[in-house]
Amino acid sequence: MSPAQHSAPSRAGFWRTYVFSTDHKVIGIQFLITSLVMLLFGGLLAALMRWQLGWPGHPLPFMEQIAPNGMPGGVMVPEYYNMLFTMHGSIMIFFGIIPILVGAFGNYLIPLKIGAPDMAFPRLNMASYWLMPPAIVIMLAGFFVEGGAASAGWTSYTPLSATLGAGQTCWIVSVIFVGTSSIIGAINYIATIINLRAKGLTFFRLPMSIWALFITAIMSLLATPVLASAVIMLLLDRGLGTSFFLPAGMVVDGVPWTGHSGGQVLLWQHLFWFYSHPAVYIMILPAMGFVSDILANFSRKPLFGYHSMVYAISGIAVLGFLVWAHHMFVSGMNPALGTSFMAATMVIAVPTGVKMFNWLATLWRGSIRLTTPMFHACAFLSLFLVGGLTGIFAASMPVDIYLHDTYFIVAHLHYVLLGGSLFGAFAGITYWFPKMFGRMMNERLGLAHGALSFLFFNAVMFPMFILGIGGMPRRIYDWSQYAHLAHFGPLNRMMSVSAFCLVVTQFIFMVNFFWSLFKGKRAPENPWEATTLEWATSSPPPHGNFATPPTVFHGPYEYSVPGRATDWVAQNAA
Amino acid sequence: MTRISVRHFFPHKKCLTLLLLLLAAEPAWAFGSGGARFWFPEAVSSYGAQVDRLFVIVLAVTGAIFFLVEGALLWFLIRYRRRDGVAAAYVHGNVRAEIIWTVIPAAIVLYLALASQRVWAYIQGPPPPHQLELEIKAEQFAWNIRYPGPDGRLHTTDDVETINQLHLPVGQVVLINLSSKDVIHSLFLPQFRLKRDAVPGMTGRMWVQATNTGNFEIVCAELCGLGHYRMRGFVVIETPDAFQAWLKQVQQEQSA
Repeated sequence: MSPAQHSAPSRAGFWRTYVFSTDHKVIGIQFLITSLVMLLFGGLLAALMRWQLGWPGHPLPFMEQIAPNGMPGGVMVPEYYNMLFTMHGSIMIFFGIIPILVGAFGNYLIPLKIGAPDMAFPRLNMASYWLMPPAIVIMLAGFFVEGGAASAGWTSYTPLSATLGAGQTCWIVSVIFVGTSSIIGAINYIATIINLRAKGLTFFRLPMSIWALFITAIMSLLATPVLASAVIMLLLDRGLGTSFFLPAGMVVDGVPWTGHSGGQVLLWQHLFWFYSHPAVYIMILPAMGFVSDILANFSRKPLFGYHSMVYAISGIAVLGFLVWAHHMFVSGMNPALGTSFMAATMVIAVPTGVKMFNWLATLWRGSIRLTTPMFHACAFLSLFLVGGLTGIFAASMPVDIYLHDTYFIVAHLHYVLLGGSLFGAFAGITYWFPKMFGRMMNERLGLAHGALSFLFFNAVMFPMFILGIGGMPRRIYDWSQYAHLAHFGPLNRMMSVSAFCLVVTQFIFMVNFFWSLFKGKRAPENPWEATTLEWATSSPPPHGNFATPPTVFHGPYEYSVPGRATDWVAQNAA
Repeated sequence: MTRISVRHFFPHKKCLTLLLLLLAAEPAWAFGSGGARFWFPEAVSSYGAQVDRLFVIVLAVTGAIFFLVEGALLWFLIRYRRRDGVAAAYVHGNVRAEIIWTVIPAAIVLYLALASQRVWAYIQGPPPPHQLELEIKAEQFAWNIRYPGPDGRLHTTDDVETINQLHLPVGQVVLINLSSKDVIHSLFLPQFRLKRDAVPGMTGRMWVQATNTGNFEIVCAELCGLGHYRMRGFVVIETPDAFQAWLKQVQQEQSA
């Protein structure tokens, strides 16, 4: 179906309009709701882990009803703890962050921001969403199979992942579904951005959010097939007796594994991180794009250094493919490889720094409105900075020898993925909510949610740097037995309390979301007085998006142009 | 634009102040009541001090950037907040600024890369002449440690084997051959600033030289299954004489 045919007024029934819809806006909102639910679920799993870390071995009586095998008598068993962090990581990454940034905003924003009636392949788009619910069901089904859910960490390192039961198979099958969804989504984004841009919308007039989603899609298309093949190889090793990752001579639990020979254990890590390090950028570049749009708007200033921002994300994307083995400094690979991967990792700090300085320069001499989206965008700058800078510690190999697999890394990755990606996502939700649902969100609740999340996030995550420096390993069910960690009890309890507060704070967002959905002030076409094309149609936009196809005459950030009556010039203004 | 600007960032400033004080008090209490140390555990290996010094260099550089950027962010948010009658500047960028903030960070990371490589080459490069070679084979969930017996050679009939008991003579360079029977484990000796994965199908070689005597622990740092958290070993660094005496005693127990 071509977009032109597709844009005809829809007379489809309920199912084709709201459930099996090919409208990119409906699909975007489906991704949004699904990923918000999964983020909440993943957060609850984290809270359960924080209970065990704060009060190791103390019972949580009501959990016996929910997880009789994992928490008999309310006391967590070690296997269950391993399942919790495995599922927390997998859910947050595959069902939370990637779908909210790429699935929800990619689908919703790309056609609107480039002035197109829909995606290039609307049915493929629908398929990319409908691969997600089975993926989620299969992943979660792991909790109900013999032996419980996958428990080899979200990284599923071999050979451990080859020794585990049916839950690991669920994990593999689920990842194949998610990967397929990502790949077909990426093809669609690339085709749409290349082919369906409005007249006059050259590449260097694209908003940064579209640039970011475009480059993300290219990375996703190149990296995800590697993950998909790796998990299929793992499936074959487990089920059909191949030996991609299994060497000869393994003796597991006293039983010799005679059927395998010649496999390379580290091959899994190379393949996995060849996907998963670019995936880190897949999870942060879109947030960087949204934040760029939002900072420019609420500073009422053109984005500082637009061209170098585009070159910087392109540079990050290229370098992002050359740094994967910095996850493997202590894996036993050749130390000379360590040097080259350290060098590439250090270099990636340069384009990242360029972005940070350009964002700051965008604020400089602006006329700043600290609205809810702007608050979240500034929180993104402040927290992503910590995530980025602490990456330099991990890039320095000798320091990483010590910090690898400690809580320092847990803190670092949460500053990037929660402080960065998710604060960016919440900036995006609060910014585009009026466009999506035709209602304004409540500012007071929005700021309260943002400020409290910021505080509690730091209170739970910053002390993790201290734990890591103190030598506390990650993925550890009971840290209290180690002499060098014995003094960390009070700190761990404080972090757990903050984590519970962080979860509770999210209910402010939920109240705001649903209250605004039904009772919020009606949103005009362009409530933020923004320049880009999505604001040049009604809120929410009709099926087909634009009454007449827009023509673009200006760059994306023409704010405060001297001599104009308003302080903004729409991209399609004559 | 006024209809969306936020006039009162927080309606109840007193509540916010109270909340901030509470939040600040909580970690302060946590730090104080634990009698806690918030730095590395003591360093007892020849390269421990070098690793710590490198960490401090990175901390100083990133710390300075952190305060600079966060300070600028806060300052801009306050200084350039919306004011009636004051328009934002219409500026698209500045090539000189772009060059400055590309070149300076590049120089900084180049320096950090060279500093890192120097320490890396010392730790991972050819080991100094060693006085003792031993073997550690990890399995779920124990460390099997093998020492050479009186003949001074590994894999002969007089080898001495222990489980989870790693004794090292202070001051001597010790070569460790690390491998695994089943899944990946990771030998983490926090006080030595040493960590290395034990990978099935591969043998990792590393060296240590203890600088102080004392009792420490081995941590498994790579998830290895349900007993991962209790895969703990014990390290005793003692004088070479005490080490030899201990080795002889274990050997007699084993042959008895």
